[in-house]
Amino acid sequence: MPVIHANGQPLWRQRTPRAVLLAWLGWFAVVALLALSWQFISERTIWIFVTDAPRQGADLLSRMVPPDWAYTGTLWRPLWDTLNIATLGTLLALVVATPLAFLAARNTTPAIPGLRAVALLVIVSSRSINSLIWALLLVMILGPGVLAGIIAIALRSIGFIGKLLYEAIEESDAKPVEAIVATGASPAQMRLYAIVPQIMPAFAGISVYRWDINIREATILGLVGAGGIGLELMASVNVLAWGRVSMIFLLILATVLASEWVSARVRAAVT
Amino acid sequence: MSVRVWHRPPMIADPRLRWGLSLAVLVYLFLAVGSLEVNWQRVAEGLERGAAFAAALFTPDFSSRGADILEGFLESLAMTFVSTTIGLLLAVPVAVGAARNLSPLPVYLICRGFIAISRSFQEIIIAILFVAMLGFGPLAGVATLAFASIGFIAKLLAEDIEAMDPKPLEAIRATGGSATQTLHWGVMPVVLPRLVGVSMYRLDINFRESAIIGIVGAGGIGATLNTAFDRYEYDTAAAILLLIIAIVLLSEYVSGFIRGRLR
Repeated sequence: MPVIHANGQPLWRQRTPRAVLLAWLGWFAVVALLALSWQFISERTIWIFVTDAPRQGADLLSRMVPPDWAYTGTLWRPLWDTLNIATLGTLLALVVATPLAFLAARNTTPAIPGLRAVALLVIVSSRSINSLIWALLLVMILGPGVLAGIIAIALRSIGFIGKLLYEAIEESDAKPVEAIVATGASPAQMRLYAIVPQIMPAFAGISVYRWDINIREATILGLVGAGGIGLELMASVNVLAWGRVSMIFLLILATVLASEWVSARVRAAVT
Repeated sequence: MSVRVWHRPPMIADPRLRWGLSLAVLVYLFLAVGSLEVNWQRVAEGLERGAAFAAALFTPDFSSRGADILEGFLESLAMTFVSTTIGLLLAVPVAVGAARNLSPLPVYLICRGFIAISRSFQEIIIAILFVAMLGFGPLAGVATLAFASIGFIAKLLAEDIEAMDPKPLEAIRATGGSATQTLHWGVMPVVLPRLVGVSMYRLDINFRESAIIGIVGAGGIGATLNTAFDRYEYDTAAAILLLIIAIVLLSEYVSGFIRGRLR
Protein backbone atom coordinates (compact mmCIF):
# COMPACT_ATOMS: atom_id res chain seq x y z
CA MET A 1 0.00 0.00 0.00
CA PRO A 2 1.48 3.36 -1.00
CA VAL A 3 2.03 6.02 1.62
CA ILE A 4 2.48 9.61 0.49
CA HIS A 5 4.35 12.13 2.65
CA ALA A 6 2.60 15.48 2.48
CA ASN A 7 3.15 18.40 4.91
CA GLY A 8 5.45 16.12 6.92
CA GLN A 9 2.61 13.67 7.60
CA PRO A 10 2.22 10.14 6.15
CA LEU A 11 -0.97 9.86 4.14
CA TRP A 12 -2.36 6.46 3.18
CA ARG A 13 -3.75 6.01 -0.33
CA GLN A 14 -5.39 2.96 -1.90
CA ARG A 15 -3.32 3.25 -5.10
CA THR A 16 -0.06 4.85 -6.23
CA PRO A 17 -0.40 8.03 -8.34
CA ARG A 18 0.85 6.02 -11.32
CA ALA A 19 -1.88 3.37 -10.87
CA VAL A 20 -4.51 6.11 -10.53
CA LEU A 21 -3.31 7.71 -13.76
CA LEU A 22 -3.34 4.37 -15.61
CA ALA A 23 -6.85 3.59 -14.36
CA TRP A 24 -8.07 6.98 -15.61
CA LEU A 25 -6.41 6.41 -18.97
CA GLY A 26 -8.08 2.99 -19.21
CA TRP A 27 -11.50 4.47 -18.47
CA PHE A 28 -10.84 7.25 -20.96
CA ALA A 29 -10.01 4.70 -23.69
CA VAL A 30 -13.17 2.71 -22.96
CA VAL A 31 -15.39 5.79 -23.03
CA ALA A 32 -13.75 7.09 -26.22
CA LEU A 33 -14.25 3.71 -27.91
CA LEU A 34 -17.90 3.70 -26.86
CA ALA A 35 -18.46 7.24 -28.10
CA LEU A 36 -16.91 6.39 -31.45
CA SER A 37 -19.01 3.22 -31.74
CA TRP A 38 -22.16 5.07 -30.83
CA GLN A 39 -21.44 7.78 -33.40
CA PHE A 40 -20.88 5.08 -36.03
CA ILE A 41 -24.22 3.44 -35.22
CA SER A 42 -26.05 6.74 -34.97
CA GLU A 43 -24.92 7.74 -38.48
CA ARG A 44 -26.49 4.55 -39.83
CA THR A 45 -29.80 4.97 -38.04
CA ILE A 46 -32.90 6.64 -39.42
CA TRP A 47 -33.94 8.56 -36.32
CA ILE A 48 -37.42 9.39 -37.59
CA PHE A 49 -38.28 5.68 -37.33
CA VAL A 50 -36.85 5.55 -33.83
CA THR A 51 -38.86 8.49 -32.50
CA ASP A 52 -41.86 6.63 -33.86
CA ALA A 53 -40.87 3.43 -32.01
CA PRO A 54 -43.21 3.68 -28.97
CA ARG A 55 -46.21 4.05 -31.28
CA GLN A 56 -44.94 1.23 -33.49
CA GLY A 57 -44.39 -0.94 -30.43
CA ALA A 58 -47.88 -0.33 -29.12
CA ASP A 59 -49.28 -1.02 -32.57
CA LEU A 60 -47.29 -4.25 -32.83
CA LEU A 61 -48.52 -5.37 -29.42
CA SER A 62 -52.15 -4.63 -30.27
CA ARG A 63 -51.84 -6.68 -33.46
CA MET A 64 -50.13 -9.54 -31.66
CA VAL A 65 -52.38 -9.77 -28.67
CA PRO A 66 -55.08 -12.08 -29.54
CA PRO A 67 -52.81 -14.83 -30.97
CA ASP A 68 -54.33 -16.48 -34.02
CA TRP A 69 -55.41 -19.70 -32.26
CA ALA A 70 -56.97 -21.16 -35.44
CA TYR A 71 -53.54 -21.01 -37.09
CA THR A 72 -52.25 -23.78 -34.76
CA GLY A 73 -53.70 -26.44 -37.07
CA THR A 74 -51.22 -25.67 -39.84
CA LEU A 75 -48.32 -25.49 -37.39
CA TRP A 76 -48.15 -29.16 -36.31
CA ARG A 77 -46.32 -30.30 -39.43
CA PRO A 78 -43.59 -27.59 -39.21
CA LEU A 79 -43.26 -28.37 -35.48
CA TRP A 80 -42.74 -32.07 -36.27
CA ASP A 81 -40.10 -31.03 -38.83
CA THR A 82 -38.40 -28.86 -36.20
CA LEU A 83 -38.25 -31.78 -33.76
CA ASN A 84 -36.82 -33.99 -36.51
CA ILE A 85 -34.18 -31.42 -37.46
CA ALA A 86 -33.00 -31.22 -33.86
CA THR A 87 -33.16 -34.96 -33.13
CA LEU A 88 -31.74 -36.33 -36.38
CA GLY A 89 -29.13 -33.55 -36.42
CA THR A 90 -28.02 -34.48 -32.90
CA LEU A 91 -27.87 -38.21 -33.82
CA LEU A 92 -25.81 -37.47 -36.93
CA ALA A 93 -23.47 -35.29 -34.87
CA LEU A 94 -23.07 -38.06 -32.27
CA VAL A 95 -22.09 -40.55 -34.98
CA VAL A 96 -19.33 -38.22 -36.22
CA ALA A 97 -18.29 -36.64 -32.92
CA THR A 98 -17.72 -39.86 -30.94
CA PRO A 99 -14.83 -41.22 -33.04
CA LEU A 100 -13.55 -37.65 -33.40
CA ALA A 101 -13.45 -37.30 -29.60
CA PHE A 102 -11.42 -40.52 -29.33
CA LEU A 103 -8.98 -39.12 -31.90
CA ALA A 104 -8.75 -35.78 -30.07
CA ALA A 105 -8.33 -37.08 -26.50
CA ARG A 106 -4.68 -37.19 -25.45
CA ASN A 107 -4.99 -40.64 -23.86
CA THR A 108 -6.80 -42.45 -26.69
CA THR A 109 -5.50 -40.78 -29.87
CA PRO A 110 -3.61 -43.22 -32.12
CA ALA A 111 0.13 -42.69 -32.36
CA ILE A 112 -0.04 -41.02 -35.79
CA PRO A 113 1.66 -37.61 -35.79
CA GLY A 114 -0.62 -34.72 -36.70
CA LEU A 115 -3.88 -36.70 -36.36
CA ARG A 116 -4.77 -35.15 -33.01
CA ALA A 117 -4.12 -31.64 -34.36
CA VAL A 118 -6.45 -32.30 -37.31
CA ALA A 119 -9.19 -33.61 -35.00
CA LEU A 120 -8.85 -30.53 -32.78
CA LEU A 121 -8.97 -28.24 -35.82
CA VAL A 122 -12.21 -29.86 -36.99
CA ILE A 123 -13.71 -29.42 -33.52
CA VAL A 124 -12.69 -25.75 -33.27
CA SER A 125 -13.88 -24.72 -36.73
CA SER A 126 -17.21 -26.51 -36.28
CA ARG A 127 -17.74 -24.75 -32.95
CA SER A 128 -16.95 -21.22 -34.10
CA ILE A 129 -19.62 -21.04 -36.84
CA ASN A 130 -23.21 -20.59 -35.72
CA SER A 131 -25.73 -23.13 -37.00
CA LEU A 132 -27.64 -20.35 -38.76
CA ILE A 133 -24.56 -19.56 -40.89
CA TRP A 134 -24.11 -23.27 -41.61
CA ALA A 135 -27.78 -23.32 -42.66
CA LEU A 136 -27.30 -20.31 -44.93
CA LEU A 137 -24.46 -22.14 -46.63
CA LEU A 138 -26.28 -25.47 -46.89
CA VAL A 139 -29.49 -23.97 -48.24
CA MET A 140 -27.41 -22.52 -51.04
CA ILE A 141 -25.79 -25.89 -51.71
CA LEU A 142 -28.60 -28.42 -51.05
CA GLY A 143 -31.61 -26.24 -51.70
CA PRO A 144 -34.18 -25.21 -49.08
CA GLY A 145 -35.64 -27.90 -46.85
CA VAL A 146 -35.32 -30.06 -43.78
CA LEU A 147 -32.17 -31.83 -44.98
CA ALA A 148 -30.16 -28.59 -44.96
CA GLY A 149 -31.40 -27.94 -41.42
CA ILE A 150 -30.41 -31.40 -40.18
CA ILE A 151 -26.91 -31.11 -41.59
CA ALA A 152 -26.51 -27.52 -40.30
CA ILE A 153 -27.45 -28.65 -36.78
CA ALA A 154 -25.11 -31.64 -37.07
CA LEU A 155 -22.15 -29.54 -38.29
CA ARG A 156 -22.49 -27.10 -35.38
CA SER A 157 -23.02 -29.89 -32.82
CA ILE A 158 -19.99 -31.97 -33.84
CA GLY A 159 -17.61 -29.41 -32.35
CA PHE A 160 -19.67 -28.95 -29.18
CA ILE A 161 -20.15 -32.66 -28.47
CA GLY A 162 -16.61 -33.51 -29.60
CA LYS A 163 -15.06 -30.97 -27.24
CA LEU A 164 -17.03 -31.99 -24.15
CA LEU A 165 -16.62 -35.69 -24.90
CA TYR A 166 -12.85 -35.59 -25.43
CA GLU A 167 -12.49 -33.67 -22.18
CA ALA A 168 -14.51 -36.42 -20.47
CA ILE A 169 -12.25 -39.09 -22.02
CA GLU A 170 -9.12 -37.26 -20.86
CA GLU A 171 -10.53 -37.05 -17.34
CA SER A 172 -11.30 -40.79 -17.19
CA ASP A 173 -9.45 -42.93 -14.64
CA ALA A 174 -6.30 -44.63 -16.01
CA LYS A 175 -6.45 -47.66 -13.66
CA PRO A 176 -9.25 -49.62 -15.42
CA VAL A 177 -7.36 -49.03 -18.68
CA GLU A 178 -4.21 -50.60 -17.19
CA ALA A 179 -6.21 -53.51 -15.79
CA ILE A 180 -7.87 -54.27 -19.14
CA VAL A 181 -4.59 -53.94 -21.06
CA ALA A 182 -2.95 -56.33 -18.54
CA THR A 183 -5.46 -59.05 -19.55
CA GLY A 184 -4.10 -58.83 -23.11
CA ALA A 185 -6.88 -56.73 -24.62
CA SER A 186 -6.45 -55.13 -28.04
CA PRO A 187 -6.58 -51.29 -28.31
CA ALA A 188 -10.18 -51.50 -29.50
CA GLN A 189 -11.16 -53.76 -26.59
CA MET A 190 -9.38 -51.43 -24.18
CA ARG A 191 -11.49 -48.47 -25.40
CA LEU A 192 -14.71 -50.51 -25.34
CA TYR A 193 -14.28 -52.09 -21.90
CA ALA A 194 -12.20 -49.50 -20.01
CA ILE A 195 -13.08 -46.06 -21.44
CA VAL A 196 -16.65 -46.42 -22.71
CA PRO A 197 -18.24 -47.48 -19.38
CA GLN A 198 -16.53 -44.53 -17.69
CA ILE A 199 -17.73 -41.88 -20.14
CA MET A 200 -21.25 -43.29 -20.65
CA PRO A 201 -22.96 -40.94 -18.13
CA ALA A 202 -21.11 -37.92 -19.57
CA PHE A 203 -22.04 -39.08 -23.07
CA ALA A 204 -25.75 -39.29 -22.24
CA GLY A 205 -25.68 -35.96 -20.42
CA ILE A 206 -23.86 -34.13 -23.23
CA SER A 207 -26.13 -35.56 -25.95
CA VAL A 208 -29.32 -34.57 -24.19
CA TYR A 209 -27.92 -31.13 -23.33
CA ARG A 210 -27.01 -30.51 -26.97
CA TRP A 211 -30.39 -31.87 -28.11
CA ASP A 212 -32.05 -29.27 -25.89
CA ILE A 213 -29.92 -26.46 -27.42
CA ASN A 214 -30.63 -27.85 -30.90
CA ILE A 215 -34.41 -27.66 -30.37
CA ARG A 216 -33.98 -23.93 -29.73
CA GLU A 217 -31.76 -23.48 -32.75
CA ALA A 218 -33.98 -25.61 -35.01
CA THR A 219 -36.91 -23.25 -34.37
CA ILE A 220 -35.09 -20.41 -36.17
CA LEU A 221 -33.29 -22.24 -38.99
CA GLY A 222 -36.36 -21.74 -41.18
CA LEU A 223 -35.54 -18.00 -41.31
CA VAL A 224 -32.94 -18.84 -43.96
CA GLY A 225 -35.06 -21.59 -45.56
CA ALA A 226 -33.78 -24.66 -43.73
CA GLY A 227 -37.17 -26.07 -42.79
CA GLY A 228 -39.17 -26.24 -39.58
CA ILE A 229 -41.36 -23.73 -37.79
CA GLY A 230 -39.01 -20.85 -38.67
CA LEU A 231 -40.30 -21.03 -42.27
CA GLU A 232 -43.83 -20.25 -41.03
CA LEU A 233 -42.41 -17.51 -38.80
CA MET A 234 -40.62 -15.82 -41.69
CA ALA A 235 -43.70 -16.16 -43.94
CA SER A 236 -45.94 -14.60 -41.26
CA VAL A 237 -43.46 -11.75 -40.60
CA ASN A 238 -43.21 -11.03 -44.31
CA VAL A 239 -46.98 -10.63 -44.68
CA LEU A 240 -47.13 -8.75 -41.32
CA ALA A 241 -49.56 -11.33 -39.84
CA TRP A 242 -48.56 -10.49 -36.26
CA GLY A 243 -51.33 -12.60 -34.71
CA ARG A 244 -49.77 -15.64 -36.33
CA VAL A 245 -46.31 -14.52 -35.25
CA SER A 246 -47.36 -14.39 -31.60
CA MET A 247 -48.99 -17.83 -31.96
CA ILE A 248 -45.69 -19.20 -33.29
CA PHE A 249 -43.81 -17.51 -30.41
CA LEU A 250 -46.10 -19.22 -27.90
CA LEU A 251 -45.57 -22.60 -29.55
CA ILE A 252 -41.80 -22.10 -29.66
CA LEU A 253 -41.80 -21.10 -25.99
CA ALA A 254 -43.82 -24.22 -25.06
CA THR A 255 -41.50 -26.49 -27.08
CA VAL A 256 -38.36 -24.95 -25.59
CA LEU A 257 -39.71 -25.26 -22.03
CA ALA A 258 -40.73 -28.90 -22.66
CA SER A 259 -37.33 -29.85 -24.10
CA GLU A 260 -35.58 -28.06 -21.22
CA TRP A 261 -37.67 -30.10 -18.76
CA VAL A 262 -36.88 -33.39 -20.54
CA SER A 263 -33.19 -32.53 -20.70
CA ALA A 264 -33.05 -31.58 -17.00
CA ARG A 265 -34.82 -34.83 -16.01
CA VAL A 266 -32.51 -37.03 -18.09
CA ARG A 267 -29.38 -35.25 -16.89
CA ALA A 268 -30.51 -35.58 -13.27
CA ALA A 269 -31.09 -39.31 -13.87
CA VAL A 270 -27.66 -40.08 -15.38
CA THR A 271 -25.45 -38.09 -13.01
CA MET B 1 -21.76 -79.23 -19.61
CA SER B 2 -22.54 -75.55 -19.81
CA VAL B 3 -19.89 -72.83 -19.95
CA ARG B 4 -20.59 -69.65 -18.05
CA VAL B 5 -19.83 -66.58 -20.15
CA TRP B 6 -19.56 -63.06 -18.71
CA HIS B 7 -21.55 -60.29 -20.37
CA ARG B 8 -21.40 -56.60 -19.65
CA PRO B 9 -24.41 -55.47 -17.61
CA PRO B 10 -26.90 -53.61 -19.84
CA MET B 11 -27.38 -49.86 -19.35
CA ILE B 12 -31.06 -50.16 -18.49
CA ALA B 13 -31.63 -53.00 -16.04
CA ASP B 14 -35.38 -53.59 -16.61
CA PRO B 15 -35.70 -55.66 -19.84
CA ARG B 16 -39.25 -54.45 -20.59
CA LEU B 17 -38.17 -50.79 -20.37
CA ARG B 18 -35.04 -51.55 -22.41
CA TRP B 19 -36.89 -53.25 -25.27
CA GLY B 20 -39.77 -50.78 -25.10
CA LEU B 21 -37.41 -47.81 -25.41
CA SER B 22 -35.46 -49.42 -28.26
CA LEU B 23 -38.71 -50.13 -30.13
CA ALA B 24 -39.94 -46.55 -29.56
CA VAL B 25 -36.65 -45.14 -30.89
CA LEU B 26 -36.86 -47.37 -33.97
CA VAL B 27 -40.47 -46.37 -34.66
CA TYR B 28 -39.57 -42.69 -34.24
CA LEU B 29 -36.59 -42.97 -36.58
CA PHE B 30 -38.74 -44.74 -39.16
CA LEU B 31 -41.41 -42.02 -39.00
CA ALA B 32 -38.91 -39.15 -38.92
CA VAL B 33 -36.79 -40.35 -41.81
CA GLY B 34 -39.95 -41.30 -43.71
CA SER B 35 -41.32 -37.77 -43.41
CA LEU B 36 -38.20 -36.16 -44.90
CA GLU B 37 -38.89 -34.65 -48.28
CA VAL B 38 -35.63 -34.36 -50.14
CA ASN B 39 -35.35 -33.19 -53.70
CA TRP B 40 -32.39 -35.37 -54.70
CA GLN B 41 -32.13 -33.77 -58.12
CA ARG B 42 -31.69 -30.35 -56.47
CA VAL B 43 -29.12 -31.86 -54.10
CA ALA B 44 -27.15 -33.29 -57.01
CA GLU B 45 -27.16 -29.94 -58.77
CA GLY B 46 -26.09 -28.26 -55.55
CA LEU B 47 -23.07 -30.47 -54.99
CA GLU B 48 -21.36 -28.62 -57.81
CA ARG B 49 -21.94 -25.33 -56.01
CA GLY B 50 -20.72 -26.95 -52.80
CA ALA B 51 -17.49 -27.89 -54.54
CA ALA B 52 -17.20 -24.33 -55.89
CA PHE B 53 -17.63 -22.95 -52.38
CA ALA B 54 -15.12 -25.40 -50.91
CA ALA B 55 -12.65 -24.30 -53.57
CA ALA B 56 -13.40 -20.65 -52.76
CA LEU B 57 -12.40 -21.27 -49.13
CA PHE B 58 -8.83 -21.63 -50.40
CA THR B 59 -9.03 -18.53 -52.61
CA PRO B 60 -10.95 -16.05 -50.45
CA ASP B 61 -11.49 -12.64 -52.05
CA PHE B 62 -11.06 -9.89 -49.46
CA SER B 63 -10.64 -7.01 -51.90
CA SER B 64 -13.42 -6.76 -54.50
CA ARG B 65 -16.08 -6.12 -51.81
CA GLY B 66 -13.47 -4.88 -49.35
CA ALA B 67 -15.34 -1.70 -48.44
CA ASP B 68 -18.57 -3.64 -47.70
CA ILE B 69 -16.71 -6.19 -45.59
CA LEU B 70 -14.89 -3.49 -43.59
CA GLU B 71 -18.14 -1.59 -43.07
CA GLY B 72 -19.90 -4.78 -41.91
CA PHE B 73 -17.18 -5.71 -39.45
CA LEU B 74 -16.91 -2.18 -38.02
CA GLU B 75 -20.68 -2.19 -37.59
CA SER B 76 -20.55 -5.57 -35.84
CA LEU B 77 -17.78 -4.44 -33.50
CA ALA B 78 -19.53 -1.14 -32.71
CA MET B 79 -22.78 -3.02 -32.00
CA THR B 80 -20.90 -5.46 -29.77
CA PHE B 81 -19.26 -2.75 -27.62
CA VAL B 82 -22.32 -0.52 -27.25
CA SER B 83 -24.78 -3.35 -26.58
CA THR B 84 -22.55 -5.06 -24.02
CA THR B 85 -22.09 -1.77 -22.14
CA ILE B 86 -25.79 -0.94 -22.15
CA GLY B 87 -26.62 -4.52 -21.17
CA LEU B 88 -24.09 -4.43 -18.33
CA LEU B 89 -25.34 -1.10 -16.95
CA LEU B 90 -28.96 -2.29 -16.96
CA ALA B 91 -28.14 -5.82 -15.77
CA VAL B 92 -26.62 -4.66 -12.46
CA PRO B 93 -29.86 -3.26 -10.96
CA VAL B 94 -31.83 -6.22 -12.33
CA ALA B 95 -29.32 -8.63 -10.74
CA VAL B 96 -29.58 -6.87 -7.37
CA GLY B 97 -33.37 -7.09 -7.67
CA ALA B 98 -33.18 -10.78 -8.55
CA ALA B 99 -31.00 -11.70 -5.55
CA ARG B 100 -33.25 -13.08 -2.83
CA ASN B 101 -30.87 -12.05 -0.02
CA LEU B 102 -31.06 -8.34 -0.96
CA SER B 103 -34.55 -7.78 -2.36
CA PRO B 104 -38.13 -8.17 -1.15
CA LEU B 105 -40.26 -10.87 -2.77
CA PRO B 106 -42.30 -8.73 -5.25
CA VAL B 107 -39.15 -7.09 -6.69
CA TYR B 108 -37.48 -10.50 -6.81
CA LEU B 109 -40.35 -12.04 -8.78
CA ILE B 110 -40.49 -9.15 -11.29
CA CYS B 111 -36.74 -9.26 -11.93
CA ARG B 112 -36.66 -13.07 -12.20
CA GLY B 113 -39.60 -12.93 -14.63
CA PHE B 114 -37.77 -10.40 -16.78
CA ILE B 115 -34.63 -12.57 -16.79
CA ALA B 116 -36.68 -15.64 -17.78
CA ILE B 117 -38.29 -13.80 -20.73
CA SER B 118 -34.99 -12.35 -21.91
CA ARG B 119 -33.35 -15.77 -21.83
CA SER B 120 -36.06 -17.95 -23.41
CA PHE B 121 -36.07 -16.37 -26.86
CA GLN B 122 -33.28 -16.58 -29.38
CA GLU B 123 -31.56 -13.30 -30.22
CA ILE B 124 -32.77 -13.48 -33.81
CA ILE B 125 -36.43 -13.67 -32.76
CA ILE B 126 -36.01 -10.59 -30.57
CA ALA B 127 -34.22 -8.95 -33.51
CA ILE B 128 -37.30 -9.44 -35.72
CA LEU B 129 -39.40 -7.48 -33.22
CA PHE B 130 -36.85 -4.69 -32.78
CA VAL B 131 -36.41 -4.35 -36.54
CA ALA B 132 -40.19 -3.96 -36.82
CA MET B 133 -40.12 -1.26 -34.13
CA LEU B 134 -36.89 0.66 -34.84
CA GLY B 135 -36.47 0.06 -38.57
CA PHE B 136 -33.60 -1.69 -40.36
CA GLY B 137 -30.06 -0.97 -39.19
CA PRO B 138 -27.57 -1.44 -36.39
CA LEU B 139 -29.70 0.29 -33.73
CA ALA B 140 -32.17 -2.62 -33.81
CA GLY B 141 -29.17 -4.93 -33.39
CA VAL B 142 -27.89 -2.96 -30.41
CA ALA B 143 -31.32 -3.11 -28.78
CA THR B 144 -31.53 -6.88 -29.40
CA LEU B 145 -28.09 -7.69 -28.05
CA ALA B 146 -28.52 -5.36 -25.06
CA PHE B 147 -31.86 -7.00 -24.19
CA ALA B 148 -30.34 -10.50 -24.39
CA SER B 149 -27.25 -9.38 -22.43
CA ILE B 150 -29.37 -8.09 -19.54
CA GLY B 151 -30.91 -11.51 -18.93
CA PHE B 152 -27.60 -13.34 -19.31
CA ILE B 153 -25.46 -11.08 -17.10
CA ALA B 154 -28.19 -10.50 -14.51
CA LYS B 155 -28.84 -14.23 -14.04
CA LEU B 156 -25.18 -15.12 -13.47
CA LEU B 157 -24.58 -12.06 -11.29
CA ALA B 158 -27.71 -12.69 -9.19
CA GLU B 159 -26.58 -16.27 -8.55
CA ASP B 160 -23.19 -14.96 -7.45
CA ILE B 161 -24.78 -12.43 -5.10
CA GLU B 162 -27.05 -15.09 -3.60
CA ALA B 163 -24.08 -17.37 -3.01
CA MET B 164 -22.05 -14.74 -1.12
CA ASP B 165 -21.17 -14.91 2.55
CA PRO B 166 -23.84 -13.01 4.59
CA LYS B 167 -21.36 -11.94 7.29
CA PRO B 168 -19.82 -8.87 5.55
CA LEU B 169 -23.36 -7.60 4.82
CA GLU B 170 -24.33 -8.02 8.47
CA ALA B 171 -21.18 -6.24 9.59
CA ILE B 172 -21.84 -3.25 7.33
CA ARG B 173 -25.50 -3.07 8.35
CA ALA B 174 -24.40 -3.24 12.00
CA THR B 175 -22.26 -0.11 11.54
CA GLY B 176 -25.38 1.68 10.31
CA GLY B 177 -24.68 1.41 6.56
CA SER B 178 -27.54 2.34 4.26
CA ALA B 179 -28.72 0.08 1.43
CA THR B 180 -26.47 1.78 -1.13
CA GLN B 181 -23.51 1.68 1.26
CA THR B 182 -24.12 -2.03 1.82
CA LEU B 183 -24.10 -2.58 -1.94
CA HIS B 184 -20.96 -0.51 -2.47
CA TRP B 185 -18.83 -1.80 0.41
CA GLY B 186 -20.33 -5.25 1.02
CA VAL B 187 -21.56 -6.71 -2.27
CA MET B 188 -19.46 -5.01 -4.94
CA PRO B 189 -15.99 -6.10 -3.79
CA VAL B 190 -17.18 -9.71 -3.65
CA VAL B 191 -18.88 -9.92 -7.06
CA LEU B 192 -16.75 -7.49 -9.08
CA PRO B 193 -14.26 -10.09 -10.46
CA ARG B 194 -17.14 -12.31 -11.47
CA LEU B 195 -18.97 -9.36 -13.06
CA VAL B 196 -15.93 -8.48 -15.17
CA GLY B 197 -15.54 -12.13 -16.20
CA VAL B 198 -19.21 -12.50 -17.17
CA SER B 199 -19.09 -9.24 -19.15
CA MET B 200 -16.03 -10.42 -21.07
CA TYR B 201 -17.82 -13.68 -21.84
CA ARG B 202 -20.90 -11.78 -23.01
CA LEU B 203 -18.76 -9.48 -25.19
CA ASP B 204 -17.55 -12.62 -26.93
CA ILE B 205 -21.12 -13.99 -27.36
CA ASN B 206 -22.41 -10.62 -28.58
CA PHE B 207 -19.86 -10.54 -31.36
CA ARG B 208 -20.88 -14.03 -32.50
CA GLU B 209 -24.55 -13.06 -32.42
CA SER B 210 -23.90 -9.77 -34.22
CA ALA B 211 -22.74 -11.90 -37.16
CA ILE B 212 -26.17 -13.58 -37.24
CA ILE B 213 -28.85 -10.98 -36.60
CA GLY B 214 -28.00 -9.11 -39.81
CA ILE B 215 -29.91 -11.86 -41.61
CA VAL B 216 -33.20 -10.30 -40.42
CA GLY B 217 -32.00 -6.74 -41.05
CA ALA B 218 -30.45 -5.79 -37.71
CA GLY B 219 -27.09 -4.64 -39.12
CA GLY B 220 -23.60 -6.05 -38.81
CA ILE B 221 -21.52 -8.48 -40.84
CA GLY B 222 -24.41 -10.97 -41.11
CA ALA B 223 -26.15 -8.70 -43.62
CA THR B 224 -22.99 -8.52 -45.75
CA LEU B 225 -22.62 -12.30 -45.61
CA ASN B 226 -26.24 -12.84 -46.56
CA THR B 227 -25.87 -10.49 -49.54
CA ALA B 228 -22.73 -12.31 -50.68
CA PHE B 229 -24.60 -15.64 -50.62
CA ASP B 230 -27.57 -14.14 -52.43
CA ARG B 231 -25.28 -12.92 -55.22
CA TYR B 232 -23.49 -16.33 -55.30
CA GLU B 233 -20.18 -14.55 -54.62
CA TYR B 234 -18.54 -17.56 -53.01
CA ASP B 235 -15.06 -16.07 -52.70
CA THR B 236 -16.37 -12.99 -50.84
CA ALA B 237 -18.56 -15.19 -48.61
CA ALA B 238 -15.54 -17.42 -47.90
CA ALA B 239 -13.48 -14.36 -46.96
CA ILE B 240 -16.18 -13.18 -44.52
CA LEU B 241 -16.53 -16.65 -42.97
CA LEU B 242 -12.78 -16.97 -42.47
CA LEU B 243 -12.66 -13.50 -40.87
CA ILE B 244 -15.54 -14.42 -38.54
CA ILE B 245 -13.75 -17.62 -37.48
CA ALA B 246 -10.52 -15.68 -36.89
CA ILE B 247 -12.19 -12.96 -34.81
CA VAL B 248 -14.25 -15.50 -32.82
CA LEU B 249 -11.13 -17.52 -32.00
CA LEU B 250 -9.21 -14.34 -31.08
CA SER B 251 -11.98 -13.01 -28.86
CA GLU B 252 -12.49 -16.43 -27.25
CA TYR B 253 -8.77 -16.54 -26.49
CA VAL B 254 -8.64 -12.97 -25.13
CA SER B 255 -11.79 -13.38 -23.04
CA GLY B 256 -10.52 -16.73 -21.72
CA PHE B 257 -7.17 -15.13 -20.88
CA ILE B 258 -8.79 -12.25 -18.96
CA ARG B 259 -11.16 -14.61 -17.15
CA GLY B 260 -8.22 -16.88 -16.28
CA ARG B 261 -6.27 -13.92 -14.85
CA LEU B 262 -9.24 -12.96 -12.66
CA ARG B 263 -9.58 -16.39 -11.08
